[in-house]
Amino acid sequence: MEKNVAIQMKNISKAFGSKVANSHVDLTVCRGEILAVLGENGCGKTSLMNMLAGIYFPDEGQIFVDGKEVVIASPKDAFDHKIGMIHQHFKLVDIFTAAENIVLGIDEEGRYNINDVNSRVSAIADKYGFHIDPKKKIYDMSVSEKQTVEIIKVLYRGADILILDEPTAVLTPQETTRLFAVLRAMKADGKSIIIITHKLHEVLSISDRVAVLRAGTHIATVDTASTNESELTEMMVGKKVVLNIDRAEPKNPEPRLVVKNIRSVDEDGNEVLKGISFTANAGEILGIAGIAGSGQRELLETIAGLHPSNVGDVIFHSPKKNKPVSYFHKSYEKVLELSKENKFHYENGERVDFTGMRRKDIKKLVNDEKVLFDEDELIDLRDKTPLQIRELGVRLSFVPEDRLGMGLVGNMDITDNMMLRSYRKGDSIFVNRQKPKALAEDIVSSLEVSTPGLSTPVRKLSGGNVQKVLVGREIALSPKVLMAAYPVRGLDINSSYLIYNLLNKQKENGVAVIFVGEDLDVLLGLCDRIMVLNSGKITGILDGRTATKEEIGFLMTKTDGMGEEKHE
Amino acid sequence: MGWLNFIIESLAFGATFIYGSTGEIITEKSGNLNLGIPGIMCMGGAGGCLVLNYIGKSNMNPILIVLLGILCSFAASAVMGVIYSFMTVTLRCNQNVTGLAMTTFGVGLAWTIMAKLQQTKYLNTPKKYYRFPFSQNVTKWQEMGLDSMQKLGVMFFLAIIIAVLASFLLYRTKVGLNLRAVGENPATADAVGINVTRYKYIATCIGSGIAGLGGFYYIIDFSGSGEAYKSLEAYGWLSIALVIFALWRPHLTIVGSTVFGILFSCSSYITNISWIRTTMATKPLLRMLPYIVTIIVLVVTSIRNKKENQPPASLGLSYFREDR
Repeated sequence: MEKNVAIQMKNISKAFGSKVANSHVDLTVCRGEILAVLGENGCGKTSLMNMLAGIYFPDEGQIFVDGKEVVIASPKDAFDHKIGMIHQHFKLVDIFTAAENIVLGIDEEGRYNINDVNSRVSAIADKYGFHIDPKKKIYDMSVSEKQTVEIIKVLYRGADILILDEPTAVLTPQETTRLFAVLRAMKADGKSIIIITHKLHEVLSISDRVAVLRAGTHIATVDTASTNESELTEMMVGKKVVLNIDRAEPKNPEPRLVVKNIRSVDEDGNEVLKGISFTANAGEILGIAGIAGSGQRELLETIAGLHPSNVGDVIFHSPKKNKPVSYFHKSYEKVLELSKENKFHYENGERVDFTGMRRKDIKKLVNDEKVLFDEDELIDLRDKTPLQIRELGVRLSFVPEDRLGMGLVGNMDITDNMMLRSYRKGDSIFVNRQKPKALAEDIVSSLEVSTPGLSTPVRKLSGGNVQKVLVGREIALSPKVLMAAYPVRGLDINSSYLIYNLLNKQKENGVAVIFVGEDLDVLLGLCDRIMVLNSGKITGILDGRTATKEEIGFLMTKTDGMGEEKHE
Repeated sequence: MGWLNFIIESLAFGATFIYGSTGEIITEKSGNLNLGIPGIMCMGGAGGCLVLNYIGKSNMNPILIVLLGILCSFAASAVMGVIYSFMTVTLRCNQNVTGLAMTTFGVGLAWTIMAKLQQTKYLNTPKKYYRFPFSQNVTKWQEMGLDSMQKLGVMFFLAIIIAVLASFLLYRTKVGLNLRAVGENPATADAVGINVTRYKYIATCIGSGIAGLGGFYYIIDFSGSGEAYKSLEAYGWLSIALVIFALWRPHLTIVGSTVFGILFSCSSYITNISWIRTTMATKPLLRMLPYIVTIIVLVVTSIRNKKENQPPASLGLSYFREDR
């Protein structure tokens, strides 16, 4: 295949602070070909492409367009070299029409005439087989239509080299098929297309060549025709690294949280959870693996009561067997109701029967912890708010992904952040700062949080310390279920290990720990079971001790085999 | 024809608001919520009067005097716009706080200036130079019972022209498209190569300048009294309310201003109608009408929830490219 080289990137490096995004990457793209850039999350695919699009500037290395060295310092420079990038998050003005968005910012000669623009947009659309109404407002559009607008925006500016960042992440299989047809039409027209993806089957079906990146370095570029899924997976995930995390055998695991067939939609009405069922056991760490955006966040938020779900059950098994009933979580009426259903016994095994007893005597029996539960209590958590969940007596702790957004209040100090979880307990109209303060002191000393003092706003702490404060607070509630989303993201090695140990300690205390992670080595080293999510569905639950990286990588990226191929 | 006369009078009065709200719309379309409009309108009035104070009694061509007054009024208020832009765009200060500070500062400074000026000097330029010949035909209008036609002068029609032009600019030209994009989604505008900072600065300065003309118009042309500047602050707030009423469309401010003018002056008009028992106490209540109508319009537009009728999406937010 004799082809002209369109772009050559030589020895490109880029670092953000101490984090290296790309190191010494070489890449070439030819005219009239589709190059797939393949890699896991955070392997530097997008930052590499952003350097072509003028969003970032490389620290080192050269970029050649048509054999001439160029400097791309801004998106405008990129357009001057006929390079256009379609970002994953669309940059469109909602209240404008498609055509207005497309023509935005172009300095053209002559009078501005939107009808002219409309017809030219239609002409481009017809040429490559897009379907678009130039007069439609963006806010009326589906995700796929918005993407079409973005692509035409780039073509309208005369781009010959198109970079698409995960274009299929938001599309249905049918829309993906249509997009691929368009991409092939553009390729036939002599355009170069770079498609960033982590979906193997797409790589195999659309691309001519594949460049694989891993941890910021370029592993290899191979012809698609001469490779296969397993070879690509191996290049993508690399060899297993053994981490030194202690992992105890789970002690008598019993179901703690049973999730049945949860379905959920996001704000745009796309289904993000497509029937999730699993069981989290007490005394076990359940890992959740998956490409970012496969539904991890929605799943945890649904359980925590932050994300609505209209189908399915979230059943919490409250370990109440042979434990006393208390008024703390049960009202008098509720206790009476449960006693009628014959759910209680006395210490000596005798059945509890309240009939004919006076209210005062019943209260006394309960307060003296004489009345015991027969069985574990099942509590349905679906569609409960976090407050309702807590009032039901379910100790559920959640360490969200967005620490300073959802977990802590950045402008408040450590003590105040502790109080967020406890201020409702007080009876007086004044808050009691003593206990939260003691807790804050305890966390700072036991978790070695490095802070100038308890009164320092949390946002001024480093990422690792913020995380310690958050995890410390959630663990202090002595939870029954602990959910942690990417708890070691952005943390250095030592802080990461501290968090792993904390999670392990919780597991040994009989907590059901749910751990969402991105580093497969960590998941394999820490978790007892690993559940793999793939676009809102569970593609497998593996044993953490025997699973391999390739297995997980394959489950993360595979599709059902339905859909795509059928439509083509 | 009493009611028609009343509407024309309201229209003439409303031109103050047309300036104020057209200026504010242009500013807001760039994403800057300028709450300094009351101060800017006062400064516009003071700036114009300041120069008239010196040249009002000179032998200069009266038309030139009027033009110079307009120019200085525009310049004085545009300077306020520059200060505001510098604070909010360059230093990324909070827009609300900055705006309120501009109001306090502008009103205070303008009142100080106005107190030093002699109204006999700045009000000296004969009224006829602010008027067209046709509106000077006093007897004819009086015969028709339309006295207030005399009040429709050069600056009144300038207000209408500016409002219509601003609408054309915003909705029919490239520059307008770019400006609206800056106000809606500066990151998008930036990504397609629009200079966000420049657009914000220029829109805010021009918007402030136009708003300031409202102050000048009210003092010199509409009221022609030495005490007029004291009511300007209230009219500034009303102009900001009118922006919502007009759904961010400058040409609609013409309708809105008339309605506001009617609502505002009906308090004094109704007290003149004998069969409505009005006391001094009802007057302040009637003065609330424009604001109540604004609230109703806000409620109605938010219930209808049509995206085009909402404020620019990034209104009140500072833009910083490296924020992600």
